[in-house]
Amino acid sequence: MIFLRRQVPLLITLITGIVFAAQYYVPHPASEQMLTSVTKWLQIIGGFALVLGVSSLFHVHAVKIRRKEAGWGYSFVLYVSMLGTIAVGLWSNGKEAVDGTMTAFGWIYNFMMVPLQGTMFAILAFFIASAAYRSFRARSREAAVLLIAAVIVMMGRVPLGEYLIPLSGDLSQWILNVLNASVRRAILIGVSLGTIALSIKIIFGMERSYLGGGKE
Amino acid sequence: MRRKGLGVRGKGSAVAQCFFLAACIIGLSHSIVLAQTPLTPPQDVRAFDTPSDGGGSLTVLWSPASYDSTVTKYQILLSEGTTVSDPAAMKVVAEFPANQRYVRESKWPWWTRPATRDQHQFTLRNGRGIELKDGTVYSITVAAVLNDDRVIATPVQATPQPNWLNWNQMNNLLLALLFGGIVFYAIGTARKREIFLRRIPGLDAVDEAIGRATELGKPILYLTGAHDMSDPSTIAAAVILGRVAKRTAAYETDLLVPHRDPITMAVCQEITKQAYLEAGKPDLYKEDSNFFITSDQFSYTAAVDGIMLRKKPAANFFMGSYFAEALLLTETGASTGAIQIAGTDSDHQLPFFVTTCDYTLIGEELYAASAYLSREPVQVGTLRGQDIGKALILGVLGIGTILATLGIMLDAEWPQLFLDVFKDMK
Repeated sequence: MIFLRRQVPLLITLITGIVFAAQYYVPHPASEQMLTSVTKWLQIIGGFALVLGVSSLFHVHAVKIRRKEAGWGYSFVLYVSMLGTIAVGLWSNGKEAVDGTMTAFGWIYNFMMVPLQGTMFAILAFFIASAAYRSFRARSREAAVLLIAAVIVMMGRVPLGEYLIPLSGDLSQWILNVLNASVRRAILIGVSLGTIALSIKIIFGMERSYLGGGKE
Repeated sequence: MRRKGLGVRGKGSAVAQCFFLAACIIGLSHSIVLAQTPLTPPQDVRAFDTPSDGGGSLTVLWSPASYDSTVTKYQILLSEGTTVSDPAAMKVVAEFPANQRYVRESKWPWWTRPATRDQHQFTLRNGRGIELKDGTVYSITVAAVLNDDRVIATPVQATPQPNWLNWNQMNNLLLALLFGGIVFYAIGTARKREIFLRRIPGLDAVDEAIGRATELGKPILYLTGAHDMSDPSTIAAAVILGRVAKRTAAYETDLLVPHRDPITMAVCQEITKQAYLEAGKPDLYKEDSNFFITSDQFSYTAAVDGIMLRKKPAANFFMGSYFAEALLLTETGASTGAIQIAGTDSDHQLPFFVTTCDYTLIGEELYAASAYLSREPVQVGTLRGQDIGKALILGVLGIGTILATLGIMLDAEWPQLFLDVFKDMK
């Protein structure tokens, strides 16, 4: 049993890890075909895994409703919405429109899902303002530097700002292209090395906690 | 003033006229030289399958000529088969000024460069009216065109075919192997002696956050990011979850892990279960501590924000990769008064995390977290390997800058021997 739970996954990881690392250096169409096939496999596995996810969702909210936990009404709304959408989706054959006419499923997507998603995204504007207010209060030297840099960049990125302070355009470009870009690249170099190191550890079985922890 | 101004303009006009006359004379003499240069067929024409590619491509090389200029043009002619009865009837697949398309303009590094940098080079690829079938022989030639004159070199044959190795990326492979070797060496060293790890405040705060949640009797919320298990940042987040779960088990604190990806959820369930086992508290493990919400970005965000506002977790962990939802999550968390610890390699979201979280693991610190929390030699050795790798890159950046500058100052090609090794590393 331990062989199936430990050695086999590690062996699969080792072989596929080496094969797909090598694939990067093989331009032959056979290599590309292999990558395409595996990507499709992953999509198929992802599709099946969705069953796991949905069953988890149903289970968690069913328990909440059954036990009448705090906020169980939301779980009830979720059940109704999900089952309702599935029923309407089946009734519309999964199509949003037929012969240019919007189906009920399309209506749910376009007039419920899209506005709700848009609303969530729009809230971001207010959150940016509140976060900016908190961080731009010049309470420390670092915050003061952040505030000055932000003001210069903001002035330089809008026509009115550049009109009022002509130097702000060049200065903001310099901040973005020199200071900001160099720090970003430094972070990316660190991230890339971290990614490669983690990949090496996983491929060679030195990092196994993703299998469920343990060192055996 | 007006007169003076006119006088100045007059002087300017005279100077401009002189320049114009000089330009005309130079242009005329150049045209005379070009007209006097006999248009000869392009020399040393060679064609071959483009090396290190997936097929469907041929490369042509030929020597530069004395008539190379913007006025003269080169044409690339192509036909299928080995015999060409009339080269003039071959299909023109490309035409460009004769002072363009040199080997030096191509991206080939010195170890795969097929000719000296002064040679002309053109690569034919499938698309834009060209169809090159792998395994089929093609006749190719180059014609030089000046006004109505057109001279054609003798056609040569070549067959496109796919290759099994991209030699252009050998520098990448070499450096990947070198870095792998460094990591293994560093792990070996870490097994023999203790390696110093600098303090990472964000990770020191993990215990504080869990302790606070325990004192308040509130749960801990842990997010693994927007990506699936194929992303290293999600794997790193899952690994850290194991360490956090072990401590929440020890402190008997509730753990909530909402997921965007069912596979990540299944993996994290196993990790959490194992952590509770290792902590000696398997009975406290709850199967639904890891639960799936949705893979939709903003629906997930809305659900997690709802959990934050209703359950008011005492500590929020945001590990992994994030996009626009980052600020929506962390700002909501901040409004509930929770201790917030973020760790991400999404450099574009870092400002939001730094602004709204108490501690942020920046970039590579996310990958270092596992080593920092476990102090296992393998993990710590990997960190040392990364540091050596960074020192190496820093050295290369410094040496490369000096050599590139010297190369331009001295008009020398030898710095390229070094620079090419570290170019196009992606």
